[in-house]
Amino acid sequence: MFMSIASKFKEAIIGLKAGCVTLDYPAQPRPVAKNFRGRPIFDAQKCIGCAGCANNCPAREILVFDLCQEIRILKYLGRRCTYCGRCAEVCPEKAITMSLDFETATDKIGDLEQRLDLFMSTCQRCGRCFKEPSPLEQLKLKGYRFDDLVNECWIFRSRSYLESQPVVDDIKIELD
Amino acid sequence: MLKKLCQKMFGRSLWVYHANSGGCNGCDIEVLNVLTPYYDVERFGIKLVGSPRHADVMLCQGPAMRSTARALRCAYEAMPAPKLVFAIGGCACGGGIWHDSYPVLGPVEKVIPVNFYIPGCPPRPEAIIYGVAVALGLVDKKVAPVEFKQLELPIPRYHPADLSGRDEMVVYEKAEKV
Repeated sequence: MFMSIASKFKEAIIGLKAGCVTLDYPAQPRPVAKNFRGRPIFDAQKCIGCAGCANNCPAREILVFDLCQEIRILKYLGRRCTYCGRCAEVCPEKAITMSLDFETATDKIGDLEQRLDLFMSTCQRCGRCFKEPSPLEQLKLKGYRFDDLVNECWIFRSRSYLESQPVVDDIKIELD
Repeated sequence: MLKKLCQKMFGRSLWVYHANSGGCNGCDIEVLNVLTPYYDVERFGIKLVGSPRHADVMLCQGPAMRSTARALRCAYEAMPAPKLVFAIGGCACGGGIWHDSYPVLGPVEKVIPVNFYIPGCPPRPEAIIYGVAVALGLVDKKVAPVEFKQLELPIPRYHPADLSGRDEMVVYEKAEKV
């Protein structure tokens, strides 16, 4: 009899010693742990449009498509992103940073989207795209200069831009 | 409007029903973590119930699978009328990493209407509490779509037929119109 009462007192003392353990979370901020990976943030100034992140994304959440010869679109949808950080690891220019942002609850799924329009210019030798470093360099491009018009007979944008059709067909499926 | 309706209808407490339609059990563990005394979610009046007929909110984890889509739909229809659906985790929000495989139909919004999305794989317990607090109107949501647009450069489209040589200079005749 005495032993059971004593054990109850003992438990009460242990319970009082612990104090209040509940976090007051939404009222007070809660810091994240070290090496936490949250939502990736894309920096349009550093991105060169190499599409390495889109190739490495295991969830296929980063889409890259060319609107026309000059403009490439990089789209991060963020719905099924697992925050694995492979895009940030593979990025050669460190344009993707894994932020500490985890409070991403929303009532519209489109709020998680990030869309970058990247200006790509055409290499005169190989015809592939590369990123011009500054807006001044972009203005000096062939095609924006008047005196180059003698050599190049027709400076055009692709038909897809004029008719606002996507170049790649399967984008429609991805975008629903 | 949804927020007002939420505050009016669920003024006292939310009873949640925990539906896993084929997830990997990671989000389940986080949701059960939310119900522990450390992240005590019963201070908001949230209580876990075992039947969808007693529930106000359905917490969906896992994608809509070919085998469980009908059961998920039945559970949703069994809930009484003012009801909310939370999609917790990357699978429920977007279909998961295996979104393109045979048994996965896609996100749960293909089967039932979803009101709130909590992405993450799995989301932290704090993120789930934050989603519940957004639904209850205690805090505002923080995310917004980011869009970086290029400046529209004034690029005229030239055609060689409109060009004419004059005194060793090339003149574009329609230049004034552009």
